[in-house]
Amino acid sequence: MATKNWPLWEVFVRSKNGLEHRHFGSLHAADAEMALENARDVYTRRNEGVSIWVVESKHITASNPEHNGELFEPAQDKVYRHPTFYDLPDEVKHM
Amino acid sequence: MKDNLYKYILGIADNSLILGQRMGSLTGHGPSLETDIACTNISLDLFGQVRSYYQYAAKIAGDGRTEDDIAMLRKEREYVNVLLVEQPNTDFAYTMARQFLFDVYHLLLLNELQKSKDLTLSAIASKSIKEVSYHQRFSSDWIKRLGDGTDLSHQKMQDAIDALWAYTDELFHQTQADKVMVKEGVGVDVTKLKETYYKQVNEVLEEATLNIPESKYFQKGGKEGIHTEHMGYLLSDLQYMQRTYPNMEW
Repeated sequence: MATKNWPLWEVFVRSKNGLEHRHFGSLHAADAEMALENARDVYTRRNEGVSIWVVESKHITASNPEHNGELFEPAQDKVYRHPTFYDLPDEVKHM
Repeated sequence: MKDNLYKYILGIADNSLILGQRMGSLTGHGPSLETDIACTNISLDLFGQVRSYYQYAAKIAGDGRTEDDIAMLRKEREYVNVLLVEQPNTDFAYTMARQFLFDVYHLLLLNELQKSKDLTLSAIASKSIKEVSYHQRFSSDWIKRLGDGTDLSHQKMQDAIDALWAYTDELFHQTQADKVMVKEGVGVDVTKLKETYYKQVNEVLEEATLNIPESKYFQKGGKEGIHTEHMGYLLSDLQYMQRTYPNMEW
């Protein structure tokens, strides 16, 4: 086993047409092609998907949990920003 | 006819059983978590195909034996897989080289078997083709990665290809049952696949910057039940539960 690990990739899978790709997890692979194959084997072996995206984890810029206060808390008391005053018809799924 | 068809089915199915056992034994021992799961998936695909073949063979035999009896309770000489698939998982290069050298053949075989007059066999072939296409894609990729990788990976892959090359010719040998089934329009004439096989294999080897072995000395015997020394060990693993606890169910 090599001492140096393959880079980490994030895997996004669309479970059926019409739905968005959702983050499924991560894995190691030497390059994008291998990441796709590994994602196929690791995350879609139980028929979970119709499309896979992979992106190397280092290309994802994440928010810093230390800044959660200033980033997210101001939204907590602004209930009027949620469309909760409407009745959603049953036909509208995946809202 | 019945006896030949039975033998013919085993000739195809035993390859998948034994290769499936080899790949399955990597579970938990693959070089990385991802390749470990990939090898296990390939193994499960092959076992799935094997079940369809053995269920059909059991029906043809019609004497009460089941798919499990056929898989688990034969003696070494009664297995008719090619020698290639029973070769050990020496290292990951060997594992992928063995897989690749079999996959190319397997896909060519299934493509032809789809046209069989026997509707069960043609249906199993059609169902298996997508799985085997993926196996070939996976193993070919690894041949190229390791062949065209570092000096060490290149050397290891070259060693594996050189060592396993002697087992490729047997894929295109015909047993008596094969010949009868070809005449009946049921079986595939494997002798006709040989040229395409080596063409496709050589293309990948060249892309992988590997030398195509020139050896003209080939091993044979598996199709007649004469196996290499590795087979007995493999079967003792495979058959352990049924031999120790006869008729046990899980």
